Amino acid sequence: MTPLLFIEQLLNGLQFGVMLFLMSAGLTLVFGVMGLINLAHGSLYMIGAFAAAAVAAATGSFILALMASLAAAALAGALIELTIIRRLYDRDHLDQVLATFALILIFSEGTRWLFGSFPLFLDVPAALAGPVTLPGGIEYPTYRLTIIVIGFLVAAGMFALINRTRIGIRIRAGEADREMIAALGVDIAKLYTFVFALGAALAGFAGALVGAIQSVQVGMGEPVLILAFVVIVIGGIGSIKGAFVGALLVGLTDTMGRFLLPQVFALFMEPSAAVSIGSALASMLIYILMAGVLVMRPRGLYGVS
Amino acid sequence: MTDTVLRVENLFKSFGALRATNDVSLDLRAGEIHALIGPNGAGKSTLIQQITGHLASDSGRVFLMEEDLAGIGPAGRARRGLGRTFQISSLAMEHTVLQNAVLGALGRRGHAMSFFKPVMKDVALLEAAHSALDQVGLAQHGAVRTADLSHGQRRQLEVAVALTLRPKVFLMDEPMAGLGLEGAQQMIGLLTELRNSAPILLIEHDMDAVFALADRISVLVYGEVIATGTPDEIRVNPEIRRAYLGDDVPL
Amino acid sequence: MSRETYLNIATLAVLAGVPLWAWMADEPFTITLATRAVIFALAGVGLNLALGLGGLVSLGHAAFFGIGGYAMGILASHAQSYTPLIEVPFVIEGTKSMIVIWLVAILASALAALAIGVLSLRTSGVYFIMITLAFGQMIYYFAISWPAYGGEDGLSIYLRNDFPGVNTLMPMQFFGLCFAILCLVLVGMNLLQKSAFGLALSAARQNETRVLSVGMEPYKLRLVAFVISGAITGLAGALFADLNRFVSPTMLSWQMSGEIMIFIIIGGVGRLFGPVIGAMIFILLEHVLGGLSEFWHVYLGALLLGIVLFAKGGVIGALAGREKAHD
Ligand SMILES: Nc1ncnc2c1ncn2[C@@H]1O[C@H](COP(=O)(O)OP(=O)(O)O)[C@@H](O)[C@H]1O
Ligand SMILES: [Mg+2]
Repeated sequence: MTPLLFIEQLLNGLQFGVMLFLMSAGLTLVFGVMGLINLAHGSLYMIGAFAAAAVAAATGSFILALMASLAAAALAGALIELTIIRRLYDRDHLDQVLATFALILIFSEGTRWLFGSFPLFLDVPAALAGPVTLPGGIEYPTYRLTIIVIGFLVAAGMFALINRTRIGIRIRAGEADREMIAALGVDIAKLYTFVFALGAALAGFAGALVGAIQSVQVGMGEPVLILAFVVIVIGGIGSIKGAFVGALLVGLTDTMGRFLLPQVFALFMEPSAAVSIGSALASMLIYILMAGVLVMRPRGLYGVS
Repeated sequence: MTDTVLRVENLFKSFGALRATNDVSLDLRAGEIHALIGPNGAGKSTLIQQITGHLASDSGRVFLMEEDLAGIGPAGRARRGLGRTFQISSLAMEHTVLQNAVLGALGRRGHAMSFFKPVMKDVALLEAAHSALDQVGLAQHGAVRTADLSHGQRRQLEVAVALTLRPKVFLMDEPMAGLGLEGAQQMIGLLTELRNSAPILLIEHDMDAVFALADRISVLVYGEVIATGTPDEIRVNPEIRRAYLGDDVPL
Repeated sequence: MSRETYLNIATLAVLAGVPLWAWMADEPFTITLATRAVIFALAGVGLNLALGLGGLVSLGHAAFFGIGGYAMGILASHAQSYTPLIEVPFVIEGTKSMIVIWLVAILASALAALAIGVLSLRTSGVYFIMITLAFGQMIYYFAISWPAYGGEDGLSIYLRNDFPGVNTLMPMQFFGLCFAILCLVLVGMNLLQKSAFGLALSAARQNETRVLSVGMEPYKLRLVAFVISGAITGLAGALFADLNRFVSPTMLSWQMSGEIMIFIIIGGVGRLFGPVIGAMIFILLEHVLGGLSEFWHVYLGALLLGIVLFAKGGVIGALAGREKAHD
């Protein structure tokens, strides 16, 4: 194992982490502010990816594709919030799970109907296609590095939004006490739609960014959704900071686990067994991390008890 | 004091900056009704929750029959003999009245890990449940869904469930609140009976009831016990008149 | 007898009657469909104990379903290749005996439920949902990345396993076996609902503080319920794998968890026969709508959404009214 390879894997973990943050930020806000568990968040990720792929195919512009992903996911988010999701705020969690599970079925099959079952491909824009040379002579794909930078920028933007702006104050007030913000004269219904659409846009954006690395296909959202749940359990519900720390932890743990564990096992096992045991264990690593956090802090790292 | 059943020493509990209970000590002796009075928000319910273990204390200790209850959760404390009623009724609302009482009797038995015998045909449990319902005057209402009970009946059911536990101590948080005159009279009668089976720590706002029932009264203000004494001592204590009762209250 | 009881009897009659008719009409495929319904119903009955009676919204029950399936797949594949499962420290052989397979499936899924339950029951609400979903996913990925038993491709066996006195390869006989198990479990579940444990568990669902105040631990009640629930779903998984003579990570997927939950919702949460009616309707929809359109999940989604938003009690709630407090 060379140090260069190690650093490259670290960067990959970071890139995975910031993607997870984009997914988790909206989820955790929706939990925190509206008390809603939304399984269909993965569908919004998928919608963003498909919108980007379709627009990129039509126009050839990656920037337009990204904007389309934001717009399509935010629109879809606002639409389901206005028609369905808002009926669920006062329902129990079981109803929320079922209704949003139903939305997954509808979105997934609807997308399959529109686009077919074959994966679409979204090309990395030419300007970002090659590798860059980082200090120390590390060659790293420009596009992935861009994702990391974008992720950190979005995270900074979210912190600023929550902590510095009027809307942020309202969101935080809504997390603390729903009745209070009503008493403050805030139009809760609009605030909720906004928060939901914002979370949706971030998820759709993440879907588009990842779509250029992996393929764009039906069902791409749910595995990421479940990882975002792991992130939120680790970080604590409702906390943007928790989502950020949790996302980076999960991203790094998963990537480094897959990279290192087979090598560690190879130190005292025959290579083929080491690879199979190492990678099987690596696939479970983040869940073990989650279990560990649960034992120590059942409400997550930054959750309020 | 050999006849002390429940002893509370230096209990503290803060919610953020708010000191809900602040160095509270008191005791409950065999056969007595010890009333805890104080204005709204004084920390009375908080104190009960700390004693029952539903709220973890910041510091301080609770002894039941000289056993330190530190580290024992609410279920363990209930098993050791703390029977309580809640300020806001806390019952299994979809169950019938009788089922709630049987639940209490089951708790008294100490284990619910019986999977195939119909619980509502268990003679011993039913007997305990019926006798408790009888004692509070709900004998006719066993088959009613708890959600369909009136407010007063729910209060009575809470007492009945506590009774099925045969506790060593009753902790009652405003059992008469919202009962109306007749209901309150019934409850007073009931509490007078109950004190023979176990002493009662009673939170109550109705001063007539308190002075009629209590052997001793503690006054809690801003989380602190400012006085403990017999009804006569409390009645004439000028500090209490000023701090809590208000000078113009005719006593 | 209550309306619900009549409905339950009618349900069983249809569930047994349709394959009987199919057997006489020589339509083995219909018998297989009915067997699927019975097995799904069994999985749902398991989840319903945790979900309906205990109020535990577990989105990870596919884990137990799949573990039951793999218990079958692993034991049977070793038996058919005449290789022992392990040789050190002692030899364990595979088996084709359904009874042994069922016991192993029950034990393995109960153990998994115990491990998952111990951790996830420390939390409640959305945390519990997310954590059960996550642990389910963990086992799913483990199955995919563990190459010994087929990984992503799964594991096939050539012949159905054996049960004394039954020709399990005959669809009707295998159906009868599954149906008998379902009936037995339903009888047990009916007793359990009325038992001391059932009373305490459902009280803990309604009001945790109340249960604590009479000296019982909701955590323990829920853990026991979760383990029994996982074990029943695991047994269903073993039967399902035997029906298909195939097990793959799909049985462990989160979609599977969602489907098991759908059976319960369609029929009625917390009702003894809710999952039975729900599974029958699900199979019917899958067959009828699936024949009409490749995209039948859209209709399933719409139906589910309609039930959740407008008809909470499911089919039983609509036909038999509010549940009576049983005593
Ligand atoms: N869980 C809680 N979180 C924050 N503050 C609380 C909580 N419970 C009680 N309080 C506060 O503690 C104080 C004492 O409350 P309580 O014990 O209910 O008073 P009492 O029963 O004497 O009316 C009140 O100011 C109340 O608002
Ligand atoms: Mg109070």
